[in-house]
Amino acid sequence: MTQSNRISRRQFNAAIAGLGAASALAPFGIARAASKLKVGVLLPRSSYEALIGQSCQLGADLAPGVLKSMLGVDIELMNADTESNVNTARTRAERLIHEGAHVLVGAFDSGQTAAIAQVAEQRGVPLVINIAAAPQITKQGYKYVFRNFPTAIDLVRNGLSLIGDLFHATGVEARTAVFMHVNDTFGQAMTGGIMKTLPHLKQLTFKIVDTIAYDPAAKDLSVEVSKAKAANADFLLLVCRLNDSIVLRREMVKQRWHPMGVVDPGSPGIYEEQFAKSLGKYANYVVDNPPWYNPKGALTGMVEEAFRKRNPGEKFVYHGLNAGYTFEAIMIAADAFRRAGSTDPKALADAIRATDIDKRVMLGGPIKFNAEGQVEGNKSACVQILDGVPKVVLPEYAAEAKPVFPWPEYKKA
Amino acid sequence: MSASLVANVVLSGLLTGLVYGLMALGLSVIFGVVRVVNFAHGEMMTVAMYAAVLLFGAFKLDPMLAALPVAALFFVIGYALQAGLINPFITRPEHSQFILLVALATIITNVMLMVFGPDAHSVQTDYQLDSWAIGQIIVDKARVYAALSALAATAGLFAFFRFSRTGTAIRACADNHLGALIVGLDVKHLYALTFGLGAACVAVAGCMMTLLVEVSPSVGPSYTLLGFVIVIVGGLGSMPGALLGGVLIGVSEAMAGLFIDPSAKSMISFALLIVVLLFRPQGLLGRRT
Repeated sequence: MTQSNRISRRQFNAAIAGLGAASALAPFGIARAASKLKVGVLLPRSSYEALIGQSCQLGADLAPGVLKSMLGVDIELMNADTESNVNTARTRAERLIHEGAHVLVGAFDSGQTAAIAQVAEQRGVPLVINIAAAPQITKQGYKYVFRNFPTAIDLVRNGLSLIGDLFHATGVEARTAVFMHVNDTFGQAMTGGIMKTLPHLKQLTFKIVDTIAYDPAAKDLSVEVSKAKAANADFLLLVCRLNDSIVLRREMVKQRWHPMGVVDPGSPGIYEEQFAKSLGKYANYVVDNPPWYNPKGALTGMVEEAFRKRNPGEKFVYHGLNAGYTFEAIMIAADAFRRAGSTDPKALADAIRATDIDKRVMLGGPIKFNAEGQVEGNKSACVQILDGVPKVVLPEYAAEAKPVFPWPEYKKA
Repeated sequence: MSASLVANVVLSGLLTGLVYGLMALGLSVIFGVVRVVNFAHGEMMTVAMYAAVLLFGAFKLDPMLAALPVAALFFVIGYALQAGLINPFITRPEHSQFILLVALATIITNVMLMVFGPDAHSVQTDYQLDSWAIGQIIVDKARVYAALSALAATAGLFAFFRFSRTGTAIRACADNHLGALIVGLDVKHLYALTFGLGAACVAVAGCMMTLLVEVSPSVGPSYTLLGFVIVIVGGLGSMPGALLGGVLIGVSEAMAGLFIDPSAKSMISFALLIVVLLFRPQGLLGRRT
């Protein structure tokens, strides 16, 4: 009896061989049959892009809960801070993949995103870009890189078209504009896009009478505003950042310059909380046309509700753009995981390529990727600061208020 | 280009230049006597700006009034800093002084980041965005107040150094360190007093600057650099030189913005710096040593 209970050498060897085979195959078996999708979220949560990176993170943090109830999919977030640095972004992406991320999401900044895209492509792990506008990222022939955000040229085109819509909706005919822009990389790129696109938009009949570039770090814009005011243009077309937009608006008030309005074709700054906080009533009526969320969308309501519960001290309106696009990026991955029924990278990439989601947070058509992995048809909104809060005034189907243009204080020069 | 536009720009440059001058005054006073270049100058001014913002937030105290208690506090801090930290470095090589003050600047910036975060803060007074219109000329009220404060602070300091016994003693220290020691002056105390006065100047400048710009922890180094440019152009150690340097930088930047390109503003101030260094290295009103 005792002997029969003992394991023979042959049985022991067979058991070891079996265990070896099982453990060798385990990663594949477990990965493919996994019930949970591991999403590596790469965002600049520290250094100079920290504010926006953290804003994006708020959208990522919502995703597991909302998507579980929406799609029945379990998601595990693996968060990594790119420290607003391209090299850090690259190494963090490598590490996330090494630690078992099935899909990557990120990274707000074009430079960092381009670095992550290279890693994703080399390692064959899908990357869903939340925010990054540099067109070349999806022009490299990558098979594992997908972007649900307008390219820079689309941003400009959408933003400029909305200026025409604004004039049409208010019955105003502005004939001249003075164009002021920051002279950093972003400002130069936007300026190039505007100069290239403007002549092709026949609905825009205004002429740029003067162009003034300025330093985004400038603490004094009195000369720039004096020059712009002297141009006697109907309105100010502005490409700015946050701090300079505040300095500039203050200077306009001091110099008693009251054009028809200030219209930004889609740069960041104006719709941020700090703008209205710093300027008080003088923030009102400034217009910005960035990519935006649909405040009337059913899914937006759900996401906004979850956001409020999770972040009682924050207002969704100031995070909607960043959090909305980040949430959608994870939603795309979760939807693909549900359809693929697998975490195999190739199966996930194929499923992402076949995405067709029409219930969205952000404005635009359904989320469908073209052959380059780019979603076409993401839209911008005409957002105007009214009573100190950014509100969608166009397109009409998403509008929360009517546009005010020209400003009540407009005085014809 | 209309005459009113040019007049507006020149006036704006002049007022901004006087504020710049006020900012650089403290740096010039400290160097003129103690012979230590305060590389934490901009960071100290940033702390003063935060103090003004806090006082405004807590008590709605106008930055122009807040300048008095903040200056008093900075005088004490400056005195303690010189007496406790910088005095031992007076006789050490200049690179030791440089490292000490750069370390101080780095610590100040990081403490501000920890306490206030990276966001910009500001005050919102009733008159901050007001201006007077004299025909076609628009005069910014806040800039005028800041410029008048600069003139008053300079006049006050000038009177103190010229007419008070302590001021005369400080000048004696600046003129002849060894001689001051021989006649029995308490040089270390006088140095600390001077650093305290310089810090008080920085405090007044910081409070006035909150009327014009927002404050964030990262603005310090740019003010330090601007302060250096101004005092080198005006003459290190010269109080009227600081004001003159400020005005020259302010007006030349404004004119460059108008006639060349706004992006060329900083370039012009550095070009001016190079010209002064080449042809009058001691600065426009500085004394050759």
